[in-house]
Parts: sequence; C-alpha cells; structure tokens
Amino acid sequence: MIKLNAPLKLKDIRELKIGDQISLSGVIYTARDSAHQKLVDLLKVGIELPFDPEGSVIFYVGPSPAKPGQVIGAAGPTTSYRMDPFVIDLMKVGMKGMIGKGSRSAEVKKGLIEYTGVYFGATGGAAALLAKTITEAEVIAFPELGPEAVRRLVVKDMPLIVVNDCHGGDLYEKGVEDYKK
Amino acid sequence: MRNVDVHEITKIVKRLSIEACIIANDSLVDSFKRSQAKEESAVGKAIFQQLLENVEIARNENTPICQDTGFTVVFMEIGQEVAFTGGLLKDAVNAGVAAGYTEGYLRKSIVKDPITNPVNTGDNTPAILHTDIVAGDKVKITLMPKGGGSENMSRIKMLKPADGVQGIKDFVIETVKNAGGNPCPPIFVGVGVGGTFDYVAYMAKKALLRPIGKRNADPKIAKYEREWLEEVNNLGIGPAGLGGRITAIDLFIEVYPRHIATYPVAVNIQCHANREKTFIL
Repeated sequence: MIKLNAPLKLKDIRELKIGDQISLSGVIYTARDSAHQKLVDLLKVGIELPFDPEGSVIFYVGPSPAKPGQVIGAAGPTTSYRMDPFVIDLMKVGMKGMIGKGSRSAEVKKGLIEYTGVYFGATGGAAALLAKTITEAEVIAFPELGPEAVRRLVVKDMPLIVVNDCHGGDLYEKGVEDYKK
Repeated sequence: MRNVDVHEITKIVKRLSIEACIIANDSLVDSFKRSQAKEESAVGKAIFQQLLENVEIARNENTPICQDTGFTVVFMEIGQEVAFTGGLLKDAVNAGVAAGYTEGYLRKSIVKDPITNPVNTGDNTPAILHTDIVAGDKVKITLMPKGGGSENMSRIKMLKPADGVQGIKDFVIETVKNAGGNPCPPIFVGVGVGGTFDYVAYMAKKALLRPIGKRNADPKIAKYEREWLEEVNNLGIGPAGLGGRITAIDLFIEVYPRHIATYPVAVNIQCHANREKTFIL
C-alpha cells in the first residue's frame, strides 16, 4: 500500500505504476457529467475554475444525500468514459489525477503520458466504504446540480488502485490478459 | 373479492425502497464469500473484501450500499381477486418511491423529460411499474433499484432464426466483453430469448430476480446457463474489471415462444449491488 497526498506532485506521479494499491489522503474535488461541461465552458471563455487546478485530483462521483450528522452520503465512483471528452482541457490547466471506474479512451491515455497524469480506480459500488474515508465535504460550485455539484473533499486513506499510469500502462488490459482463458 | 387500500401499497413501497438500497440480501453476501474463495487474483480477492466490508458498513451505518440508488423498478403480481381502493395503484407506487427516496436520504437520479427538459424530478419518480395478473387474492411486490452504469452496458438484438443458439450465445458473451469493467463486475447477467422486441427486454430484467444459484426449470436451458456463465468467466475481466476469475456471479436465462421470423435476445446486466426486496400482502 503506497501512501499518497493530494494535490499530487510530479515526482510522486512518475513513480506510480499500474496495479499499485494506493491510500490517498488530502484534498480532492468531485465532478461528473454536467459539472465537467460547465468547468470546460468556463475555461473556454477564460474564467478561472472554482478550485486551483494545479496537481488536482477529480473524483467522478454523485453522492447520495448526507443524513443529519453525516459528512456525505454513499460516495462510490461513476463510470469514467462519459468524462473522457473533457479530460484534455482540464489536464492542460494542471489537473493531474482522476478517480473513477471503467476504461478510458485512447485520447485520455495519451494525455496521461503527455501531461504526466494518473487514473485511479476506486471500487464501483463500494460506496459506503469509500464514504467512510471522506472527512470533510463542501459544495464549492454549481449547487443547482444537486448530486452533480462540485464538492471539495478532504479524504483520509481512500483505497485506490492505479489503473492508468503516466508510462502508458493500462491495468484493465493487462489484468484481463493475465486471466483470459 | 379482497379489498386492498392503495395506501398500504405506498407504505410497503416506501419501506422496500429504503431496505433494498441499504440492506444487502443474505444470498448476495453469501455469493460474495463463495466467489472470493474461488477468485485467483490477489487484487480480485481484495475487491471482494471491500465489497463484503461495504455491505456491512451500509447495514450498520444505515447508508446506501451504492450512491446510485437507481431507477426504481417495481414488479407486482396481483391476484385477480384483489380490488384496489382509495386511489390509483400507479400513484400509490410513486408516492411510496417519493417518500422512500426522500426520507431515506437516497439519491434522486431521474430527470423529467429525457430530451427537452432533463431536470431532476426531485423524488426519484416516476417508477417503472410492471404488473402481472395472477390467480388468488395476494399482492406480491418486488422492488429493484436499477443502477445506470450497468443498465448502460445492456443490449438487445433481433437475430435471424438461422443464427440459432450459437448466435444467442455469441451475443451474450460479446455484450459482457464489451462492458468490461464499466458495469461494476462481479456482475449478474439476465438473458431473455423469444417473445417480441419489448417483451424480451422485460424477460432479461425479470431473470435478474431469480434467486442466486437457482437454475431454469428446463434442464436444457439450465445447461446453457452453466455453460455460458463459464464462458463469461473465461473472459478474465474479473472483479472491478481488473482481471480475475469471477466476472459474473450468475447468469439467468428466461425464454418465451417466438414468431417464426424472429429470434429476439436481450442481455440485461446487473452490477454486484444486486438489490431487490419482496413483500407479499
């Protein structure tokens, strides 16, 4: 298990390779379909993002509502391919890491090499378990989107696996190759 | 005739919505344990451990198993000796879903007009309601919250009769292969064969309600279930799609007579959060 802190540093990213089991702590942001569209729309007209993109990690999640006294409701990853069209624009301004589930496009994988980024897999559906690693949550943009609003999260020891590294590795391809009959 | 007040239905649907999303069935938890023992990949075993811890945390902390608490699909078997009173059955079901999703702090994932006005309806209604009229004076209600990620990986195809059983099998395997890690494996595979374009998809969904490990009553179909499950698991996709022995925990086939010119097949994929609760009134 490798301990890692967010925002991410270049030297940490370069050391990561596919299959590494990660325990992530620090500050990350949530965004999914509609929020990505809005973030990229802001960049197009030259408006700053609602968070500092440098080294940032985006978690693809739309949590269930928090009960009174809870930091956040269930918070597992959503399927990542729907965010593929927005990734390069965000990496250009410094976004370094993504947390989701499912495979990425060739364009995203190329972007991870070109801009030195990493894609982490969180276990889809392990939403109660992942929520326990979130110690703070605050909506910082697009509250009108409800579960899809952008949140700033503080996480402690979130269990992740490196699925795509900055060296062109792809665990979905390699893992399946190893077990195919 | 037996009179049933639809307010009873609302109360039951509300309770089933919350329970289905939060409390995993014992049969599901047992299937995770059995699969973990069979899994050869170390990462795969670790994923099963996360899934087991996850359902435990969800139950203890009253938190949904998965944040995607789904499109609420309700199957009702209504005895034909039952008369509903006090309002419309469909409204009563939707009122139950709205109350359950609101008071249970479940995520509302439904947008109103799919094309022209995709705003959230705010209470996860409307539900999808399937009714079947059966003998007797009971009402059986089964509620299945169906997640979007696995639904997106489901497929339907109108094959030619000449494609035969090989064509069906190839389509099933290809659908699971193309889905890869997206639908949150280990998955459950519901297959419908026969009927019409609409009915075959309904059968594929209904197949997912069958108890885990229970084979089709027709031994020939049961044999296909076993064989195709093995072939699906030979794909190597594994837990969370990261490679491993267990891609699917079970595969269920439902069949219905078909038209001489058609050979419809539907594959409905269910994620490992295979949530459903039943109540008989």
